[in-house]
Amino acid sequence: MATIYIDDKPYEVKDGQNLLQACLSLGLNLSYFCWHPALGSVGACRQCAVKQFKDENDKQGRLVMSCMTPASANIRISIGDAEAKEFRQDVIEHLMTNHPHDCPVCDEGGECHLQDMTVMSGHHDREYRFKKRTHINQDLGPFINHEMNRCIQCYRCVRYYRDYAGGRDFNVFASHDNVYFGRHEPGTLESEFSGNLVEVCPTGVFTDKTQKKHYTRRWDLQVAPSICVHCGLGCNTTPGERYGQLRRIRNRYNGEVNGYFLCDRGRYGYEFVNSAQRVKQVVYRRRDDAGVETVEKAVKGDVLRYLARLLADGATAIGIGSPRASVETNFALRALVGPENYFTGMTALETRLVSSMIEILKTGPARTPSLDEIGDADAVLVLGEDVTNVAPMMALRLRQSVRNEPMAVAHKIGIPDWNDAAVRGAVQTKKGPLFIATPAATKLDEIATSTYNAAPDNLARLGYAVANAIDPEAPTGDRVSAEVRQLAETIATALKGAKKPLVIAGASCANECIIQAAANIVWALCKTEHAAALSFTAPECNSVGAALLGGRSLDEAIQTVRDGRADVVIIAENDLYRRAKRADVDALFEHAKHVVVIDHSPTATTAKAEVTLPAAAFPEGDGTFVNNEGRAQRFIQVYVPEGDVQESWRWLRALRVATGKADVAEWATLDLALASVEEAVPALSGVRNCAPPPAFRALGQKVPRQAHRYSGRTAMRANINVSEPKIQEDPDSPLTFSMEGYRGELPASLLPSFWAPGWNSAQALTRFQEEIGGPLRGGDPGVRLIEPAAGSAPAYFGDAPKVFAVRKNDRLAVSLYHIFGSEELSALSPPLAERIPALYAALSPSDAEALEVANGDTVELRLNGAAWRAPVSVRPDLPRGTVGVPAGLAAAEFLSAPAWISVEKVSAT
Amino acid sequence: MLTDEMKHEIEAEAGLYEQRQAAAIEALKIVQRHRGWVDDASVGDIAAVLNMTPDEVDSVATFYNLIYRRPVGRHVIRVCSSVSCYVMGYASLREHLRARWGIALGETTKDGRFTLIPNQCLGACDHAPTLMIDDDLHHDLTPESIDAILEKYE
Repeated sequence: MATIYIDDKPYEVKDGQNLLQACLSLGLNLSYFCWHPALGSVGACRQCAVKQFKDENDKQGRLVMSCMTPASANIRISIGDAEAKEFRQDVIEHLMTNHPHDCPVCDEGGECHLQDMTVMSGHHDREYRFKKRTHINQDLGPFINHEMNRCIQCYRCVRYYRDYAGGRDFNVFASHDNVYFGRHEPGTLESEFSGNLVEVCPTGVFTDKTQKKHYTRRWDLQVAPSICVHCGLGCNTTPGERYGQLRRIRNRYNGEVNGYFLCDRGRYGYEFVNSAQRVKQVVYRRRDDAGVETVEKAVKGDVLRYLARLLADGATAIGIGSPRASVETNFALRALVGPENYFTGMTALETRLVSSMIEILKTGPARTPSLDEIGDADAVLVLGEDVTNVAPMMALRLRQSVRNEPMAVAHKIGIPDWNDAAVRGAVQTKKGPLFIATPAATKLDEIATSTYNAAPDNLARLGYAVANAIDPEAPTGDRVSAEVRQLAETIATALKGAKKPLVIAGASCANECIIQAAANIVWALCKTEHAAALSFTAPECNSVGAALLGGRSLDEAIQTVRDGRADVVIIAENDLYRRAKRADVDALFEHAKHVVVIDHSPTATTAKAEVTLPAAAFPEGDGTFVNNEGRAQRFIQVYVPEGDVQESWRWLRALRVATGKADVAEWATLDLALASVEEAVPALSGVRNCAPPPAFRALGQKVPRQAHRYSGRTAMRANINVSEPKIQEDPDSPLTFSMEGYRGELPASLLPSFWAPGWNSAQALTRFQEEIGGPLRGGDPGVRLIEPAAGSAPAYFGDAPKVFAVRKNDRLAVSLYHIFGSEELSALSPPLAERIPALYAALSPSDAEALEVANGDTVELRLNGAAWRAPVSVRPDLPRGTVGVPAGLAAAEFLSAPAWISVEKVSAT
Repeated sequence: MLTDEMKHEIEAEAGLYEQRQAAAIEALKIVQRHRGWVDDASVGDIAAVLNMTPDEVDSVATFYNLIYRRPVGRHVIRVCSSVSCYVMGYASLREHLRARWGIALGETTKDGRFTLIPNQCLGACDHAPTLMIDDDLHHDLTPESIDAILEKYE
């Protein structure tokens, strides 16, 4: 800690910061543009000028840029100094000469950093009376709207997009007051993280194009803290609603998870919630004796009574849960049907993979890092995962991790981390060790030290060889080639030489040996006294939660139904056709007498249900997800959905009540349901604490979801009824659907969004953090459920798999992931449609040659009697003997599971 | 498409640096020397040769006022507008040229003979006002003397 003097008052500040950071952390108002907490300082905009004095007798002082000046001990500065104030006012006046001042029609209006800083600096009279420079805007694709005239040349966008996120299709052009930020030519921004430009830009140059279609000012949105459902990382989000429609997703800072940024799938995948196809009513599908189906909307009470009769004594009901449903929903289903009749909804393989990850993290000595900590690693091995497409935000963290090792050069010559331009100048293009071993080339390869493409078994073999190179006691495979051994040595040396080595693996290759190989590597490192970390990606937003709850696999569920041991099948938020073979799922529906599906979106599975119950999508309900780190995180209802829509766990509770298994008081609130979870499932102990209970009050008040400027409260429903409706009740959280309540310091898990007086943009965040870039005050949200075991390390996993053997006729299917398309729910969102690839079959050049096919030719893929046709894409990076198929595409269905597939040329007719 | 000659010259430059990208400016100058200016297609071609994206090359190209991203006349006149020349008569020189052809700074004469652009300091303050036509520096100019000089450039 150091003492610094600001306007003659002493303050204690943390060492190693610059003055701007220190002032903002102290809650002082100081204007800035080019500085960004994640991007550091470049001292370009001159907006954060303060007066620095030699000592207490110095009355003259000199102007310095606070973002470029270390907050060293005993430094004396003044923010309020007249000259400094005038300087800041002048700077903003110059920046504003070309700004169109079009706030009323600008999407940024009301949450604009430029507006805030203009007001803060006191520049309220525009004197400039001349022509303003204008630009032609570009079409940047479906996500980002471009309005260059508003630009104030702070360079944050290009520093973020190019320097931080590694995008190479966006840049700054021209010079002096004609500077232009955009692309060489109009076109879709290629970076998976382009959406952050919306929050990085201090004004309205880059705005959310999807929000534009149903635009709402920030203060008119109803918001609540939420969790992204589009991958297993559990990024924190703030969804905004107006008139029952989800209008946008914004980042919600969590120092341990997503920090300042989101990926484009998380930001723009939300429109499935607004789909006209949503399941919003109870649907009853009747089939008469002749097999003719009639579909009718049913009354909730009638259906519950009907289902209660079905579930009455004697009937056997089984429940199939889902890794995309909340902990509460899966648990409620288990409670309704009984643990012996509960199935996780994941296939046997998927269950084994995820359980294996959890087991390794629980029994082994290696700690799983938070997403934030992944960025601190200084040597990384990625085994089998296309990180950019499977867990996108992890890729953004890895892009920062490769800066750590070369950063030593900057530290050596005394450059602080925040001095961005100087650090980048010292580091140049040097990158720290990052090794990527995947079935096919990935986008992160461009920053990798070296890459290795091979069939999944061979990737595992490399992993075993690395572990063996670190600790000769760790087993290795037979016939390890010289090439693999050499690569393994290189990787082992890099990991051993690092302070924070990290291995990343996951379920993408559907290969348990890869997961075990990753464990062997970190365990070998831990044995040699290295603080090695192990991170697994999780396939879906609650895969880990579902696995911690446990239960039998989907395969067993199908068998149970086939054997006639289930009268009623209840499926919660799961499209079985995405997971298991079509024939098997068809068989399940044929053999089941009654099928009840609870889901929010229509799927091939809801189409088969006798009764479909409308479930709440994530902004419409409350629940808990457990992310890949084992962090339980609460998502809180943003708005009350219309009709019969409610959380799946509430439907299941209603069924329990209707069947007399529970009385109405049970699980009346989410908190009570979680109490039951903790009681019944020790592995999930802690889920209740990831947010304060509904009874929590701050100074006796609830937390408002609406801004204090929320407009039209009494008028917005006047076309329906002139009486203002009663405020809707929320039994599940301390939040209220109102403008009234406590605004101020709150537990971070309850903060709907970040706002402070004078700070209307995302930059208000500094008012809620303990320090810049650090945790939110009172601790970041989430409770870690998985910590490494104390004591001795478990024995290494046994021998490596045999060398991958190419088969004569069939080819091993390997899943190729796509950030847009591979995930179920976001793929239903129209803004993503043009980014989703069409079905294809990727083949290595030698396989293509063997099949006598070239790019674009059609092949037929056959598996278990089903057939797909797809155009060929020849990929030199793909290993021989495999066929790459896009994971999770609706057209590919279950194709992406690991299977030996017959591939044949379809001759042109 | 870059000609083989251009590619050859660019390769020679790229070989001088640790990073191929460092040759971007030279590559742009090479293309400009052959073509008179740098068109969009050449930006993409240079990018491909130097392992860059068109965005990265164009960012460099548009930054420098001596890289022309639009067609220019057969001769480029760079009138010094910096302070010494300003004091010594830059304005009257500029007005003379403007009136002669009816074009503003940044424009090209109708016959494609001259392009007129401003330039901040040609480094000949002791002989202000000055201008450059192509690679020739002309100094101690008056509106009268400039006409005779222009005759030499067809």
